[in-house]
Amino acid sequence: MKNTLRNIFHSPRFVVGFVIFMAILLTTIIYPLVVTANPLAMIGQGNFFKPGTYVSVKDTVTSKTYTLNIEAVSNIADQLTDANKEDMRTWLVKYGGVSQEDMDAADDDELVELWLENYDSSVTQSGLTSSAKKAYVRLNDTILSLMDDSDVIIASENEDGELEESDSISTKEYVNVSDVTNKKTFLLGTDNFGRDVLTEMVNATATSLRIGLIAGLVATLIGLSLGLLSGYVGGTFDNIIVFITNLFTVIPSFVLLILITYSVNQSARGATLIAVVIGLTSWTWTCRSVRSQVISLRNRDHVNLSKLSGHSMFRIVVTDILPYVASYVVMALILQISSGILSEAQLSMLGLGPSTSTTATLGLMMNWATAYSAHLNGSWWAYFPVVLTITLISFSLNLMNTGLDQVFNPQLRD
Amino acid sequence: MKGYKKYFGQKIIWYLVTLVIAVVLNFLLPRLMPGDPVSAIMGKSVSGMTDATAIQKVYEQYIETFGIDKPLYVQFIKWVQGALHGDFGVSFSQYPRTVSDILASSIGWTLALQLPAIIVGWLLGNILGAVAAYMKGVFDKAILPAFMFLSNVPAFGMAIVLLVVFSVQLGWLPASGAYGYDLIPNMSLSFVWSVFVHYQLPFWSIVLITIGGQAIGMRSMSIYELNADYVKYARFLGIKDTKIVGYVFRNAMLPQITGLAMSLGTMMGGALVAETIFSYPGIGTAMVSAITGNDYPLLSACTLVITIMVLLANLFVEIIYGIIDPRVKAAQQD
Repeated sequence: MKNTLRNIFHSPRFVVGFVIFMAILLTTIIYPLVVTANPLAMIGQGNFFKPGTYVSVKDTVTSKTYTLNIEAVSNIADQLTDANKEDMRTWLVKYGGVSQEDMDAADDDELVELWLENYDSSVTQSGLTSSAKKAYVRLNDTILSLMDDSDVIIASENEDGELEESDSISTKEYVNVSDVTNKKTFLLGTDNFGRDVLTEMVNATATSLRIGLIAGLVATLIGLSLGLLSGYVGGTFDNIIVFITNLFTVIPSFVLLILITYSVNQSARGATLIAVVIGLTSWTWTCRSVRSQVISLRNRDHVNLSKLSGHSMFRIVVTDILPYVASYVVMALILQISSGILSEAQLSMLGLGPSTSTTATLGLMMNWATAYSAHLNGSWWAYFPVVLTITLISFSLNLMNTGLDQVFNPQLRD
Repeated sequence: MKGYKKYFGQKIIWYLVTLVIAVVLNFLLPRLMPGDPVSAIMGKSVSGMTDATAIQKVYEQYIETFGIDKPLYVQFIKWVQGALHGDFGVSFSQYPRTVSDILASSIGWTLALQLPAIIVGWLLGNILGAVAAYMKGVFDKAILPAFMFLSNVPAFGMAIVLLVVFSVQLGWLPASGAYGYDLIPNMSLSFVWSVFVHYQLPFWSIVLITIGGQAIGMRSMSIYELNADYVKYARFLGIKDTKIVGYVFRNAMLPQITGLAMSLGTMMGGALVAETIFSYPGIGTAMVSAITGNDYPLLSACTLVITIMVLLANLFVEIIYGIIDPRVKAAQQD
């Protein structure tokens, strides 16, 4: 046993897979201890806030200010959309007297400079509708207001209900971020419900791993016991089991999953139920392989000796046969866990996953992200980390599996 | 050829039996669930409807389609009779289109997408696996692991990543549909080009994730075969390496063909979900619209069609296998 373990941990593939998997597993255990917030709490009012630290505006205004003699960086170009910039370029070339070469060479900051030099609303702009002309005037106003470095005035209501200037903020005033009491960091932004993606994802990963584990255990347990029995007992029982396994290896389990989960009411569809259903539809593989191995084992000398000694069938199966198939069963379990997680994700993508209000799973997160077009509106944080997590879990489990395979099947070693 | 008749006959009979059982399961599973699912499904369909006559209409439609007031076996016979005539009733979500009409327009897209994609992925995977086993070096240490990693990306994940990179960011390829929304299907050059362009992303997203899994299997089989006694013996005899390699890979291919048949169902499942990302007008998208629209007749017809497609593909692979595996040939000639 000790030797086997040492061999296993000498396989680089297994070790890499094991480290990745453990890192993910430990994160799902440790992270909730540090961040105790409810992972399903809808914090953001609105869809897909981008990653970063959010500080309270009111707190920033009322915090102690420091005057720093720094030239405020003009980030006008950053605040203009691509469409704005395109409009500006077109106007400047057509009516502003800027040559096409200069325009192509100008970067965003130079574009703003050129605009400020050359834009004039009184120029004859032939071919422009008046609404387009007005749009350019508005665009110019926006740019000018962005340029404006006059003080921002803070006013508050006095007893008479009139606004009274209470403070003014110049461009040189700064606050120290650590002075701001109310702030919130979303390392991965928020999703379409305004949930913190990172916290939700850690929670979802834990749920998905649990689904994978339950599905894997159910499938392996059924497959193992039926495989052992049908291989060892033989006869009619064996024939029936072989028939059933052959049947369900060709009828796609995916279809059975859809049919069963669709029939269960959505409110009743918990993560555990989904996991059990996945397990119930995916045991045939294990059963098949265990059975064929048991058949090759059951006439070995040590098994016959056990029979002659009058040991019970249960004891023979458990002590004389099970140890030989154990390594295979562990590998099968690993693969079942990985495919269980994937099955859940696919079911959820189809809209047949666990009910959303009570749990988060990786598949549900994907489903909502795509339902709210996160992939089309550039909210990469809502789906990419989830895809990566599913991939890493599956990759690490598969690496562990191939590592084990190389240890237990010496023929595969190069 | 005489021996083959028996082999093929047995296979076909076995697949017919499987088909019958699949059909029974397709009918029975939703009805055996606790709490009378058909009425639950009906409840779902009418939830949100306020028009009493519309509810009545759906109700009558259900009674007519499923005959839920009759005993189970009568319902089954009625359902099978309809299915045999290609009549799966009227779709609830896309009323007044019939289910068969929706299926007829989507099967072609799914077949045209998945069949070539899975075959190309399988071929490329086998080539990569064989090359990795024989040449080692960069193939074995870098390219194979890279594709192994890719093969673990879920199909829909790969679809989203490709879509974001090549469609949203780079703008090279269209993001959704099977042809431009402004075109009417015909044989003109612009339509064919549009179909071709729309085909790329869904196609490659399936191919990319198929390669790794096939390659790793082929690599193991090839290493196993390359170490076999007959290879060593052939080398002692001085047979040319290229000739030996030919034999080795032919032998290593055989289990790969079975592997393809076995994993077909899983692959198709994944690819169907990937379809929905691209709104590709195939069965996968029809299935999602059936699920979101609580359209039970459409869903059950979709699952049935998928099952039949997988069964047919499996049967086809087994027949091919029978022809190329010398052991089957030998067994039949005895």
